[in-house]
Amino acid sequence: MRITQGTFSYLPELSDEQITAQLQYCLDNEWAVSVEYTDDPHPRNAYWEMFGMPLFDLKDPAGIMQEITACRKAFPRHYIRVNGYDRRYRRQTMALSFLVNRPPEEPGFRLERQESTDRVVRYTLHAYATDRPAGERYGA
Amino acid sequence: MAGKSKSDGKSRWSAGVAPYAEMGYYEPDYVPQPSDILCAFRFVPQEGIEPIEAAAAVAGESSTATWTVVWTDRLTAYENYQAKCYRVDPVPGTDQYIAYIAYNLDLFEEGSIANLTSSIIGNVFGFKALKSLRLEDMRIPPHYVKTFHGPPHGVVMEREYLNKYGRPLLGATVKPKLGLSARNYGRVVYEALRGGLDFTKDDENINSQPFMRWRDRFLFAMEGVARSMADTGEIKGHYMNVTAATMEDMYERAEFAKEIGSVIVMIDLTIGYTAIQSMSKWARRNGVILHLHRAGHGTYTRQKTHGVNFRVIAKWMRLAGVDHIHAGTVVGKLEGDPNAIRGYYKTLLANNVEPDPALGLYFEQDWASMPSCMPVASGGIHAGQMHQLLHYLGEDVVLQFGGGTIGHPDGIAEGATANRVAVEAMIQARNEGRDYLHEGPDILAKAARWSPSLYKALEVWKDITFNFESTDVPDAIATVTV
Repeated sequence: MRITQGTFSYLPELSDEQITAQLQYCLDNEWAVSVEYTDDPHPRNAYWEMFGMPLFDLKDPAGIMQEITACRKAFPRHYIRVNGYDRRYRRQTMALSFLVNRPPEEPGFRLERQESTDRVVRYTLHAYATDRPAGERYGA
Repeated sequence: MAGKSKSDGKSRWSAGVAPYAEMGYYEPDYVPQPSDILCAFRFVPQEGIEPIEAAAAVAGESSTATWTVVWTDRLTAYENYQAKCYRVDPVPGTDQYIAYIAYNLDLFEEGSIANLTSSIIGNVFGFKALKSLRLEDMRIPPHYVKTFHGPPHGVVMEREYLNKYGRPLLGATVKPKLGLSARNYGRVVYEALRGGLDFTKDDENINSQPFMRWRDRFLFAMEGVARSMADTGEIKGHYMNVTAATMEDMYERAEFAKEIGSVIVMIDLTIGYTAIQSMSKWARRNGVILHLHRAGHGTYTRQKTHGVNFRVIAKWMRLAGVDHIHAGTVVGKLEGDPNAIRGYYKTLLANNVEPDPALGLYFEQDWASMPSCMPVASGGIHAGQMHQLLHYLGEDVVLQFGGGTIGHPDGIAEGATANRVAVEAMIQARNEGRDYLHEGPDILAKAARWSPSLYKALEVWKDITFNFESTDVPDAIATVTV
């Protein structure tokens, strides 16, 4: 399966050049860019690991691209996302968030059904990968 | 426009009938207070009625007046409670006028849309001295805004809850609107969501009919939602319409939707303002997003000279507290002038709105940090219009492609994928600095080269547009084109 979180998951994987264009858009809007990675892709996992602090002071997309490359090198089999954060009054949230790395294979999720009374079913998503300890998921 | 002078030497308190304008309901020198509620009414007086007298009558009948002088007014500080018409402007080239009326804050109960509307649109729309009357806009002062809770979540919280940023959300209304069994209905939900939509939706008139009862629909729809979440790793939702005959029924349905894990429920405007506010409280208490379908609004919002402009309904609903509201598509099958719709979207989303005649905004509006309400564009839109939709409606919107998903020749999931590919390709192009409005067809055609679902969608719907004249456009634009 292919996890389709993020703004551009229905497009072919973005090239570094295309990622750079999106970074430039973030910088033009004065959004702080951050890089995060995880091996727990549950859609309610809000807190991916931060690959360093948000890059508040980096104004050059090439510099941010270097951070992305370093993160990919350190975590080649993790999900990596890039966020553009808009600190404006009454936004103060992500304005853009897209994947820039995926594990080579994505086993996806098991849907668990807990059957209850009166035909009610309680659903839970379980990422197959998280059966293994953090850091050992998605292969070596 | 000069006020009418006193017609005779009679006192304000002489028994009998006196002109409204002479009873204090017309005060051209009045300077509105920051805490006043202001209204702009469009009206056409009956033959022989002075516009100022008609405007004063609107002020009177929507505040303290009755048809004759009553001595019991003198037991009150009536100057405070009388609404004051402070300005009357003719609309050039028509028999219409715009009356500006100020209402003291004391006239309204805190946090009650029912009370606000019973005053402002209560009796006065049937008033015989007027041929027609339309409430065009209101300025709700922050003093009154702060007595309402507003949207239970708002746009920022909804995005953080759904983990979806940087693009319009996508939805589809399950079709056919009526007749599907619960099991077949859930199939449409599943296919549309696994194909790439964020939401599916009950239609406004899907409640609990003999062919499909609400509980069965909710259970099957939730199966579809959960399956699609496992297939995509995304959070998805189905707007479960809990509209029903009584509050007790609605609470029962909403509780059940929450219990089985739905992130969102839906109500229709037809349930009434008080029921909407009750459901808003429920949604806030239970952490469930609240979607409002504006069913029925066209009966009173569409005609230019009589009724209530939708921008006023939009304001009331942001105050009443809904997270989503249908607000027009510009390019779809339903009524909507582009400038008027931009005005509605601003009203729902912005914190400070400046008056802008071109957008039909008569007053400034300070929302005092009340969360935004997500506009929903639904009705006759398809992937081939993505560049126009993004241009006119922006990024904080739910684009609802019902027929434009389910009518795809290769199936519902393919239709959903076509829409998702189209929106992502357009956002990518916009962010890259492309002139996406003009290059839109090209951007879509290029994406269609690698996306067969989009290719088919563009083939089927390429020439479908709904180009009809709007019945309701802001005056500023009408004046320019004359």
